[in-house]
Amino acid sequence: MPLPTPFHRRTSALCQSQEWREWSGYLSAITYAPTHDIEYSAIRNAAGLIDISPLYKYEIHGADALALLNRIMTREIGRCKIGQVIYSPWCDDDGKIIDEGTIARLHNDSFRVTAADPNLRWFQDCGYGMHVEVRDVSAELAALALQGPNSRGILKTISPESDWDALKYYRLLKTEIGGIPVTVSRTGYTGDLGYELWIPAAHAEVVWDEIINAGRDYGLLPAGLAALDIVRLEAALRLIEVDYISAHRAINRAEEYSPYDLGLGWTVPRDKINFVGWRRLRREQQHGSSKRFVGLEVDWLALRKLFMRADLPPQVAGRTSRLGVPIYGNGIQIGQATSMTFSPTLKKYIAIGTVNRPHGLVGSEVEVEITVEYERKRAPARIVKTPFYSPKRKRA
Amino acid sequence: MAKKYDAIIIGAGHNGLINAAYLARAGKKVLVLERRHLVGGATVTEEIFPGFKFSVFSYVVSLLRPQIIQELQLPRFGLTILPLESTLTPLPNGDYLYRDSDHYRSLRDIARHSARDAEAYEEYNREMYFMAKAAQPIIDNPAPDPASLKPGELFRLARLGKNMLNMGPERLYTLAKLLTMSAADFVEQWFEAEPLIATLSASGIIGTNMGPRSPGTAYVLLHHYMGDIDGAFRAWGFPKGGTGAVAEAIARSARAFGAEIRCEAAVERVIIRNGRARGVVLNSGEEITCNVVVSSLDPKQTFLKLVDPALMPEELVQDIRRFNIRGSSAKVNLALDALPEFSCMPGKGNHLRGAISISPSLDYMERAYDDAKYGNIPRRPYIDIIIPSMIDPDMAPPGKHVMSCFVQWAPYELNQGTWDERREELGDNVIDTLEEYIPNIKSIILGRQVLSPWDIEQMTGLSEGNIFQGELTLSQLLFLRPAPGYARYRTPIHNYYQCGSGTHPGGGIMGASGRFAAMAILRSR
Repeated sequence: MPLPTPFHRRTSALCQSQEWREWSGYLSAITYAPTHDIEYSAIRNAAGLIDISPLYKYEIHGADALALLNRIMTREIGRCKIGQVIYSPWCDDDGKIIDEGTIARLHNDSFRVTAADPNLRWFQDCGYGMHVEVRDVSAELAALALQGPNSRGILKTISPESDWDALKYYRLLKTEIGGIPVTVSRTGYTGDLGYELWIPAAHAEVVWDEIINAGRDYGLLPAGLAALDIVRLEAALRLIEVDYISAHRAINRAEEYSPYDLGLGWTVPRDKINFVGWRRLRREQQHGSSKRFVGLEVDWLALRKLFMRADLPPQVAGRTSRLGVPIYGNGIQIGQATSMTFSPTLKKYIAIGTVNRPHGLVGSEVEVEITVEYERKRAPARIVKTPFYSPKRKRA
Repeated sequence: MAKKYDAIIIGAGHNGLINAAYLARAGKKVLVLERRHLVGGATVTEEIFPGFKFSVFSYVVSLLRPQIIQELQLPRFGLTILPLESTLTPLPNGDYLYRDSDHYRSLRDIARHSARDAEAYEEYNREMYFMAKAAQPIIDNPAPDPASLKPGELFRLARLGKNMLNMGPERLYTLAKLLTMSAADFVEQWFEAEPLIATLSASGIIGTNMGPRSPGTAYVLLHHYMGDIDGAFRAWGFPKGGTGAVAEAIARSARAFGAEIRCEAAVERVIIRNGRARGVVLNSGEEITCNVVVSSLDPKQTFLKLVDPALMPEELVQDIRRFNIRGSSAKVNLALDALPEFSCMPGKGNHLRGAISISPSLDYMERAYDDAKYGNIPRRPYIDIIIPSMIDPDMAPPGKHVMSCFVQWAPYELNQGTWDERREELGDNVIDTLEEYIPNIKSIILGRQVLSPWDIEQMTGLSEGNIFQGELTLSQLLFLRPAPGYARYRTPIHNYYQCGSGTHPGGGIMGASGRFAAMAILRSR
């Protein structure tokens, strides 16, 4: 029995497909339209509005708030100025990722952290004895992602008094929308120009209505998880429980991932000490990790040929496939592709996954498993740089 | 003229029947002798009131080994296990703690009591998955003897040691804690909400004459977590037709393999000539000869009653005398005119299809134990309730219900009076306790059956009414169960074996000891 989000009355009225999924105990639309492709196009070419309320949100206040976050996060949180947002994973003592999210500095001693999994107990336990309060604000804070090239125009229309042109990537500002105080961060999970809005749950619908009404002139559409799953893969953004397993849930060693395993080595500063897992990460940084995060481009023409031989048009994941498939190098399995989709923008069949080092250098040729009419085939693919798609407007 | 059998099994409890089925499956001519008019021992379904079927003693299954289900083809012989959907802990203040298969809803309900506990719950479940996984090689193999230098034993020990090392250091430390801590202390490492702590630690005191704060009870908790139903670890289920249907399915399987089962045939003693078991004498005076005698009864009866203790080493006799078999559980079975209406959760919902645990707090549990510890009938006992007719409607007439109340603790010996005189007092205390959560309970009771530990002993023969044939404390497990040197189903008497849950790996409807004993017998012949 999933719970409705604070936007449920609005989203359920719009959800023609009646396709829903449970996300962290909440009901989330997979698509609103009968198919997801117009929602995808809206995000990349106009704007999409995504209800991301099910994210876990924590507020950390107190004299030791910065010290606690520096203890938990791999990145140096002191670099994050008031009004700034920083992305970081956090690890266990073995240096394996528990979760990742954004940390917004609201005031000097006040932060807001987003997470994919519940982390209240972990944050509180890490802060034992510190002058700090960790509060779970997940239920009191509704959240919307307004993403796409026209998102800024929509915000300018509904909140003209704020200087949206001055709001830089990974910065936040406080504004009012429809009279409701809203924090807006220039962040997102789409790899595009976009914003995330943090709204008091009780007034969520007011903000939704304002955005939808203003968005009509900008081609805005509500977008579901299916479209989000494609754009995040184009941006090569990892998804917990799909592309990696939280160290708090992993059943065996193979399921555990360090930041280096996931291509997040850049989030581990070489000079930072005394955060959870730092010794193991220091050692891993010196001696190398066992896995490598990779982006793959499947050779579309070769793939097409595999299907044509069975007299079929290429049947590839229209949505993002989350069924892991083997990646082969020189005939042996070297890893797995965990998320795979056809990118309508790039016209390429793309995937992200993990391979065992030393495999997986950019440019190397591999094969991925493709099923054609119940038969397992291998399609040639190339390891490429990620993200697959990163428009200039994302940061501009 | 008496037929000559390869083996006679004394007692048609589930372990006796499983033992017989495996021996028969190996081509042996097997006879099972049961004192009562029906098979099952403590695994029986009986129609105590017309139309109302009670799983009189044991009431749920989880531990029954998958090897036994497969090898004895139990589904073919009628075994059906229905899921138990939920766990409800009603609280005296009208609140409740409710968990079921709706993962997020369960977490939200735990979060109402403690947000931290909701997160800890997943970590706890994961940790207990590892513990159950670590324990499986222990319950799926005979217990190696660390004092033995025989190559076979050393190999077994080494294999077990390898399993342990493969767990990784952190899990090994948790296992060490689990083997030594109290259930309450163990559970409190994760949780702070009283109803959750009390309900989880209750698994550590089932059938055990110890409170949740007594060291050693964490192991009993693990013992209840080791099972898996259809591959789902830790799942508990209800057998269609009551637990008696489990025994009947095994009996059918045993008969299909050629075993013979005689009910109302109580064994008086085992015939021993020249240090070898030769057969049995029934209390009717009838003698039946055979090559092997297997006792599925508890160690006290196996070593001290069925045979002359003088035939055995004195140290073993003393060990068995000291073997801790204190009965501590009682059962109240109710025939109901309608469904019980819980004040905390009215209506007919999934909460009535699972376990309902009267365990509001640790102090409540300890107080119940305190009463029993000093020989008193607990005023407010811990009660584990299921309503079998909600899971299997055939257990009661349409619209009527049966309710099974497992009660912990009830002393075997009362400090005043006898159970025969005071049995109904326990029944009254249970009903009074229930009434605090189910206001309509008294008005819907059509009949009740109260079984004190003494009654359980009288009916099933289990010494002191101990449901596990001996407590599951570390001092009585593995190579120490039931006594050092006799954990591998043999006795000092040639061709006289033991197969009950008083042997490794212990109680619950698990069947492992019946199976291992059969394997030991077959290997030696």
